[in-house]
Amino acid sequence: MREILEILENNARTTPEDIAKMLHRTPASVKSDIKKLERDGIILKYKTIINKELLREEESGVRALIEVKVVPQKNLGFDHIAERIYQFPEVTSCYLMSGTYDLLIIVEGKNLNTVSNFVAQKLSSMENIRGTSTHFILKKYKEDRDILKQVQKNKRPAISL
Amino acid sequence: MKKQTISKIVEDLPPSGIRVFFDLVIGMKDVISLGVGEPDFVTPWNIREAAIYAIEQGYTSYTSNKGLLELRQDISKYLKHRYDLDYDPEREILITVGVSEAYDLAMRALINRDDKILVPEPSYVAYGPIASLCGGTPVYIKSQASKGFKITADEIGRLCDAKTKGLVLNYPNNPTGASYSKAELMKIASVVEKRDLIMISDEIYCDLTYDFDHTPFPTLPRMKERTVYLNGFSKSYAMTGWRIGYAAGPEKIIQAMTKVHQYTMLCASIVAQAAAQEALKNGDRAVQEMKREYKRRREFVITRLNEIGLSCHKPEGAFYAFPSIKGTGLSSMDFAQRLLKKEKVAAVPGTAFGSTGEGYLRMSYANSFDNLKEAMNRIERFLRKL
Repeated sequence: MREILEILENNARTTPEDIAKMLHRTPASVKSDIKKLERDGIILKYKTIINKELLREEESGVRALIEVKVVPQKNLGFDHIAERIYQFPEVTSCYLMSGTYDLLIIVEGKNLNTVSNFVAQKLSSMENIRGTSTHFILKKYKEDRDILKQVQKNKRPAISL
Repeated sequence: MKKQTISKIVEDLPPSGIRVFFDLVIGMKDVISLGVGEPDFVTPWNIREAAIYAIEQGYTSYTSNKGLLELRQDISKYLKHRYDLDYDPEREILITVGVSEAYDLAMRALINRDDKILVPEPSYVAYGPIASLCGGTPVYIKSQASKGFKITADEIGRLCDAKTKGLVLNYPNNPTGASYSKAELMKIASVVEKRDLIMISDEIYCDLTYDFDHTPFPTLPRMKERTVYLNGFSKSYAMTGWRIGYAAGPEKIIQAMTKVHQYTMLCASIVAQAAAQEALKNGDRAVQEMKREYKRRREFVITRLNEIGLSCHKPEGAFYAFPSIKGTGLSSMDFAQRLLKKEKVAAVPGTAFGSTGEGYLRMSYANSFDNLKEAMNRIERFLRKL
């Protein structure tokens, strides 16, 4: 199972037939493993990684990391407030953190204004939020193990003994 | 000049029969090359970073002839920890410019004129010619496909005479991927002892052994005292271009090799030695990751080759498949050239590794999965149109 996940995490389009050959198994058994992983929610979905750095500015949008300080609620802890925040479609990621603030959220918007408005109108005004600190991302170099620069190919000779 | 310009011994070296083929490959565009004898990974970043740091710190001098003592100590510790082998870093380990240099030094240090050196075939191209350059005579042991390209104790015994000084063994093997289990090595060890041979054991691919644990030759009973153990960083850590290898062996032989090394190479690059130290300290995870990846590609390529009608034994190590093309009726060279021209896939004719390689091709799976998949599809199409 772990190996299937590793292969798919690296390339979600690897076919069950190819995975079967790589792992010396039958396609049917690989397919049934994948089905099970999907059913159990371990495989959530299959996505395409888009290098937005290469898109035109108006298409690529802006992103900000926002540190959020929260007053934890009785019996609910941070989960309830986190849920209220991450339901907004502008929020692409949401984490509970250790350290000087509580939640780290990543917000995506068309431009600076949309993100600012979201923080000012939606986020800061929420109950139990003690403060926010917004950091706009200026440039992305690497995301989820993928380097966003077109990396030069390893120039090994075409043939060697 | 009236005098013969080129030394007789060099002139008599067998020419590389596939130079022309190589030039053909290099001159062509958009070729998927399965002809590459090195990892497709770049050296892990922590290792590259250590080299950059070494340069910043001013590591620009020679090192001791034997190499940085710290690196030798690390190698000694590694061999102890990994294989329970004891080598004294001061006297029994020598850092070289790749295993290629280490092998050359071993030959120069050991061979007297007309000594014979047993070399399995097919094998890496340098073993025989270097023995010849040192005034020795290579005697080839032709391994059989039916035995998975492994040589046997009987074959070694049969080829030995009073002039036979040593045996070269490279396992896992380039180009066949064949390797030996401990039990198989024990049989070879017994004939090595009986015939009083020196063993030159090139184990550069040891970390790429997929189906069983690799057994270093000097770990076998009574073999350490007669084995020159050769290893390096190129294949395990994807460090081919750094050129760092080493020899470990009996003090007498290592000292003799060091003597030659100090006159010729002086020492290996200090920056590359610093990188090698980092590889030994923090490189294991990367080695295991690369190995897992190679193993998957091996399964894929071997399955596909057999599926499309090129029968191929399962290689136990390295990153080469060595399929038979005998069913096509073509020679290795003919097959390779046609495949290159028609489908733009490069593979090395087995004959590059000795005449026993006729009827086979070496296909390296040190390549991306997408390339391997596409290459197999092209070979399939090529075979259908034959």
